[in-house]
Amino acid sequence: MVIAALSRLASRLARHALAYDARSSGAGASGGLYAFTDWAGRRGGADVVGLANFAELLASPPALTALGNSLLIAGAATVVQTVVGLALALALHSSLASRNLLRTLFFAPALLPPVVIGLLWQYILTPAGPFNDLLRGVGLGSLTQNWLGDSDLALGSVIAVIVWQNAGLTMVIYLAGLQNVPAELLETAQLDGASWWQRLRHVTMPLLVPATRIALSLTLISSLKLFDQVFVMTGGGPGHATETLSLIMYKEAFVSGRYGYGAAIALVLTMIVFAFALLQLRGLRRFEVEP
Amino acid sequence: MLAVAGLFLFPFYVFLTMSLKTPQEVAGNPLGLPSGLNLSNYATAWQQGGLGDALVNSVVVTALSVALLVGCGSLAAYLLARRMSRLSHGLYLVFLLGLMIPLQLGMVPLYQFMHDANLLQTYTSLIIFEVGHHLPLVVFLYAGFTRALPRQYEEAAHVDGASSWTTFRKVVFPLLRPVTGTVVILSAIGIWNDFLTPLLYVGGSAQQTLPVAIFAFRGEFTSQWEVIFAGMAMAILPILVVYFLLQKYIIKGFASGIKG
Repeated sequence: MVIAALSRLASRLARHALAYDARSSGAGASGGLYAFTDWAGRRGGADVVGLANFAELLASPPALTALGNSLLIAGAATVVQTVVGLALALALHSSLASRNLLRTLFFAPALLPPVVIGLLWQYILTPAGPFNDLLRGVGLGSLTQNWLGDSDLALGSVIAVIVWQNAGLTMVIYLAGLQNVPAELLETAQLDGASWWQRLRHVTMPLLVPATRIALSLTLISSLKLFDQVFVMTGGGPGHATETLSLIMYKEAFVSGRYGYGAAIALVLTMIVFAFALLQLRGLRRFEVEP
Repeated sequence: MLAVAGLFLFPFYVFLTMSLKTPQEVAGNPLGLPSGLNLSNYATAWQQGGLGDALVNSVVVTALSVALLVGCGSLAAYLLARRMSRLSHGLYLVFLLGLMIPLQLGMVPLYQFMHDANLLQTYTSLIIFEVGHHLPLVVFLYAGFTRALPRQYEEAAHVDGASSWTTFRKVVFPLLRPVTGTVVILSAIGIWNDFLTPLLYVGGSAQQTLPVAIFAFRGEFTSQWEVIFAGMAMAILPILVVYFLLQKYIIKGFASGIKG
């Protein structure tokens, strides 16, 4: 119902915006419309070029790399972060003396400015930096790498940093969700002889579906839009190895001044975010149960 | 658990020790402890980084934006939640739409708008943007909470002769306190940490906020990592102090805000 109302609303807004745009000869009006123009900012007017921007996007290898990277980061970060966050929450939900301190510490990176996180890890991952030193210190010297400078490794390193920063956030969502799991239910299951894994699989997890949905959509959407950390850590390099859609959108629109093309990239990103949000909403509702 | 916590905390260890090292120690022994409490990096960063000004800018922008968000958001949500008209329902959907549309889509036209309105390089541009950007979430949280409030208190206040404004100020707003806490925490963190929009709107000006200043700082002190770390440490110290003092409420606020 809400979705139908929203789509009606969207089409009405678009019609008004188009009418407004026609009157004011190209300037102003709302975002997605620029995607169909060759607008280059104040210097000139905008001509409608139809789908040319999208055709260019699909024919440009760096843009396709960025698209692939964004999807890969979103997929990998979402899976790893959810698993790590859930594990942390399960470990820290039980009565452990140090759990409050640990919760506080694990959540701390999620509050820090992404710029600071980016700079911190840029240094940690340099070839002569602390991470390689740590590997040598524990006898794993053969694993030392140029983590951000090697185009085969850079994207993986970026994903690891994202997970490090945001796993605490997923943990907090799951900790909140775990409070909705009645202790009696788990005790009954235990008395009936269910193993730890069976209790997790058949009692806890079904009751954590709402928390999972929130954790998944937050991670998925924020990692699809990833900008700050890559911009600071690698600037998209080496080559195009770590470029994301947000990053090329920024470069095209605000560095090269190709606003129309930048808006087209933004529109593609928007559609991907919407598609994933819908897919997830539909997909996970099936697993939901009442406690 | 301890090994995981150790690996997890490793970056914090690097952070702290780096900012206290001399350049020789950084080059010779990136992992070791500093030889002593060497605070000269902090002095250098403070004097040459312009971080003090940036800190003030961040505080001004964040405080004003959050105050506007709480004021406008609670009032708007109250009206939208209590008035059962087609208009208020439609307006509520507009706010929901704002939650779904990624920021990137509006970035180009918004930048152009700020430029045309001659607002770039001012606090105003950033505050307008941050308030607009966070308002959908704030209205969503406040409206959800308002709907769960019983109407009896408001009706009683009306019977006693209170005006709508007095009812809101004296009865409703105090009842909204838990969600106000969540709103303040979520939006303050989001605004304080924002990077791309301040970079576009106030980058390079005297109004630049901390994340932008730190990024510029990195460029200035290219290979002097010990100074960069000292600068970053000073920049995140306020957040960390507030966080460790209020961690219970912040974690709760995040959990309930996200759950809503």
